[in-house]
Amino acid sequence: MSSVRVSLRSARLARVGMDDDAADPELGAQPVKRPPLGQGFKTPLSHRIAEKLIALMALSAVAAVALIFIFVAKEALPLAWEQLDGMRLLDLFLPRTWTGYHEAVYIWQPVGTPEKFNVVPLFLGSLKVTLLAMIFSVPLGVGCAIYLALYAPRRMREIVKPVIELLAAVPSVVLGFFALMVLATWLQDAFGWHFRLNAAVAAVGLSLTIVPVIFTISEDALAAVPHSLSEAAMALGARKYQVALRIIVPTAAPGIAAGVILGFGRAIGETMIVLMASGNAAIMKPFDFTTSVRTVTASIAAELGEVAQGDPHWRVLFLLGAMLFAITFALNFVGSVAIRRLEKRLTAT
Amino acid sequence: MKNTPKDYVLAGATGLAVLLIVGLLGVLLWEIVAGGAGVISGTFLTQSPSADMTSGGIFPAIYGTVVVTMLMTIAGVPVGIATAIWLSEYAPRHSRLATIVRIAVNNLAGVPSIVFGLFGLGFFVLFVGGSIDDVVYGPGTPVWGKPSVLWASLTLAVLTLPVVIVTTEEALRTVPQDLRDASLALGATRFQTVFKVVVPNALGGILTGVILAVSRGAGEVAPILFCGAANFLPYLPTDLRDMFMHLGYHIFALATQSPNVDAARPMLFGTVLVLLVLTFSLNLVAVVVRSRARARLRA
Repeated sequence: MSSVRVSLRSARLARVGMDDDAADPELGAQPVKRPPLGQGFKTPLSHRIAEKLIALMALSAVAAVALIFIFVAKEALPLAWEQLDGMRLLDLFLPRTWTGYHEAVYIWQPVGTPEKFNVVPLFLGSLKVTLLAMIFSVPLGVGCAIYLALYAPRRMREIVKPVIELLAAVPSVVLGFFALMVLATWLQDAFGWHFRLNAAVAAVGLSLTIVPVIFTISEDALAAVPHSLSEAAMALGARKYQVALRIIVPTAAPGIAAGVILGFGRAIGETMIVLMASGNAAIMKPFDFTTSVRTVTASIAAELGEVAQGDPHWRVLFLLGAMLFAITFALNFVGSVAIRRLEKRLTAT
Repeated sequence: MKNTPKDYVLAGATGLAVLLIVGLLGVLLWEIVAGGAGVISGTFLTQSPSADMTSGGIFPAIYGTVVVTMLMTIAGVPVGIATAIWLSEYAPRHSRLATIVRIAVNNLAGVPSIVFGLFGLGFFVLFVGGSIDDVVYGPGTPVWGKPSVLWASLTLAVLTLPVVIVTTEEALRTVPQDLRDASLALGATRFQTVFKVVVPNALGGILTGVILAVSRGAGEVAPILFCGAANFLPYLPTDLRDMFMHLGYHIFALATQSPNVDAARPMLFGTVLVLLVLTFSLNLVAVVVRSRARARLRA
């Protein structure tokens, strides 16, 4: 008995030593006898240094996010006061009647004279490809998740889930290659499109990267819905599809929404697939999916290598990067809010 | 319970989605294996490409990929694991700082890869490299302030940081609290508990995270476009300041910038197959390690 008490006491003392001067609510009130210096209970100096180092390294992610924003924005910022050749800052976003044009147009033509940087066609291109990809991949991703969570036998689930996750492991340049070399030819043969590389081909390629994202998050959300809910519904005589569509999916809805939002963020920032498969011509035809598009990401990737540092073109490309960063930052924020709402909903029941 | 017709409709529609996705993956793999398997040979794996990149091998690209990925791992993994240890073992529950770190990790995971490319160029190449040049060499031709193996690796290290952090933290959290309590009760310090009890028990999960990060980093192209990847190099990188060839970049170059796409086609399929085998085998190892670690924890 007494030995137990002694070891408990030493453990407590050890903790006191370890926490150093941190206030322990249990022991804070009464004075604590510290052991003499160097006799056991104090954490060795090397350990304390290592712990400080760990805490310091833990800030790396915060530092990285801050540095990314600062250094991408830093290259773009001089646009605000530097003289652009015959261009005003607003021309980046608003249509303008250039010499030789009869009406005000949105145009991205960085190699023309004068250089015309209007980011609207690029964002329109990104949005067009991304939305089309979402139309393909949301039903696919959510459908896969519903099937695996509700209908698939256990064995099948254990095989199919890793297979879909394997799709997420395919490097995007390989998917770009697949879209460019294989899908483009097939789709052109099937639909007789005039342009081999177009928004639709890029969107199908993009779907291959976002389906795993939407699937994984949705599946997690569906699987986390408590059994008690579906059992209660079944006990009341609900059919399986009713349980699925009226109980499980609505309960998991914030999680599915998070999957869709994060998938959207992934798609709008994806570079290699659109760079390789979209044809890369900045054409302003918002509703024609069989023409080529040029996205924000592809423009950065294709043009930055050939621009002199500090050139207005260089600055505009960094501005595009900063805007992209801000957009995905916002999407991530909304997505994480949705996930937190799901957690709250599930723990409340 | 009996299935009604509506059940069959729902199961059929969602099952079709599964079939379509698995089928597309199957087609993707089949096309690549069918097109690339014939090209793979000893010379393909050990020779340099010819100058027009329609014959020869891809050894410099394999070598470059391995070097960059290894440097990335050395630079990024310790930081990622440290962050995860801090989050899981040291950070006070619901502390504001831990929340900020988690938000940062989440956001870092969502940053588009091309933005990492801009960051690598703006921060590592121009700012860090440029500053070293200014201080050490003064004005003149850049020595450090140009795209290189080192800057590409560091950029990729930042990119893969969230993968390491998230998987490691998950692995640390699966270690039962009892083990920590027992260790502390025996008089071990928190540091000893973390490194002699918690980390060894989570090693399988941590390793999984590291392998997944390596696999992710090996396949990324957009971040290294401006940070050191070269279209064609007659020599292998021997110095941190050299540029390098890279499997992913080689695929991109062969597919879009080759003067003769048809002649380069076999080379292209072969390169894709090599990259895919590399990333898939890494993922396979990760899956095996993870399932073993889970079995051990359950036992």
